[in-house]
Amino acid sequence: MSSPQDLRYTRTHEWVRVEGELATIGITDYAQNELGDITYLELPEVGSEITQNEPLGVVESVKAASDIYAPISGQVVERNETVIDSPDLLNRSPYEEAWLLRIRPTDPSQIEALMSAEEYDAFATQAAH
Amino acid sequence: MAADQAQTEGRRTPLYERHLALGARMIPFAGWIMPVQYSGIINEHTSVRTRAGLFDLGHMGQLDVRGPDAVAFLQHVTTNDVSALEPGKAQYSLLPNERGGVVDDIIVYRRPAGDGYMVVVNAANHAKDVAWLEQHRAARSDLDVDIRDISDQTGMIAIQGPEAQAITQRLTSIDLTTIGDFSWAEGDIAQVPAMIARTGYTGEDGFEIYTAIEEIGRVWDALMEAGKDNGLVPAGLGARDTLRLEARMPLYGQELADDICPLEAGLGWAVKLEKGDFIGRDAIAAMKAAGPPRKLVGFRLTERSGAPRTHYPVQVDGREVGHVTSGAYSPTLGENIGLALIASEQAGVGKPLDVVIRGRAVKGVQVRTPFYRRAK
Repeated sequence: MSSPQDLRYTRTHEWVRVEGELATIGITDYAQNELGDITYLELPEVGSEITQNEPLGVVESVKAASDIYAPISGQVVERNETVIDSPDLLNRSPYEEAWLLRIRPTDPSQIEALMSAEEYDAFATQAAH
Repeated sequence: MAADQAQTEGRRTPLYERHLALGARMIPFAGWIMPVQYSGIINEHTSVRTRAGLFDLGHMGQLDVRGPDAVAFLQHVTTNDVSALEPGKAQYSLLPNERGGVVDDIIVYRRPAGDGYMVVVNAANHAKDVAWLEQHRAARSDLDVDIRDISDQTGMIAIQGPEAQAITQRLTSIDLTTIGDFSWAEGDIAQVPAMIARTGYTGEDGFEIYTAIEEIGRVWDALMEAGKDNGLVPAGLGARDTLRLEARMPLYGQELADDICPLEAGLGWAVKLEKGDFIGRDAIAAMKAAGPPRKLVGFRLTERSGAPRTHYPVQVDGREVGHVTSGAYSPTLGENIGLALIASEQAGVGKPLDVVIRGRAVKGVQVRTPFYRRAK
């Protein structure tokens, strides 16, 4: 497993990419692979607040519905309507086309505390066994 | 997303190593460790609908029922009419309890030579069924019947889909066109002695194949090879569930339970009240006379939402009238479908219902079932 180097990761399999004052969040390749065929996505509206470690939305596969947890706190400034319309994009491009939300972080130091790519890969590899 | 804990505890079928080699995701199921998917549930589902899929059913139980009073015993413990079953034929049936609920749903096969029956039971109910049948055999000491659990000696796989017959025919000298629906024949497949039955749990044509347990891997391998050019794929429990739901086949624990009457589940056709006395007959007859209080209905959701899932509440005009027994995103129809057990007065094709999904009432409408019926 080798996750993109420029992202930070959570133990609940979300990622964060810092882009200036904003942060983009999504779910990892490991997460989409574990879920299987993704059929539905529920995300918060633009303007709403998300709180670190709290559920921000739901991703459903044929098998099950799973919560998506907020990797950091902040206000939603944009959400990816394309992936809401075509949730299977998450299976094909979890780090690029299937980003979920852009948020304005409340406390940027939360991002630093998340796992690096190496740490996440080690964590996810262990979770898989 | 919450991390799944990888679970690898459970009994293994003889095909376990093959599933790993095929890249299957394994899950615990009824005490077994079984493949839930290989290439993906939607791909496997679609392959079974359009080409063919191969399923490991090694978790299912097989019981051999023989003896001079085998028919009388089976008549007593099942709802369908076993006396109508000719050699080489099979029937869907139920093991009822005294209250008119269901202990398990089963397939009863009469052996082609006419010498006894094989009863195939659900993995989740296997031990319970064996105990139940033993208890009722003991209570009927007037009947000379022998029940033997042959599951540990029996391998079971299924090949299902429009290409199933063409693929299977390459490996057997039995003329498969002579095996009708719910019939079986004895013969060799891939040089292995087998029972080949035209039964299944997908709504497609296809076969369930029984061999000695140590030979089932050989038949699996031969079918995988023979089906290569027909698009045969291995298919897991995930696709099995969505396929059977589209075909409106019940799953024990969801559409059937010890407190759900077969009449409520729409399985009156498998209950023969006129065949004579059997366990639970009076309770079922009383419900028939009074009319079942609940009814299993099919529905589709008409709003965009997540999938309806087992136990989600069902409402009409804001009032709870029942619950979802099974639901899913239907790969064939591309919409959310489900079965719900609701108050009979609310049941009716075209009538509305709401499914409460994470606190939100999502609109739906009752539809005819099965959701999918294959072209003959």
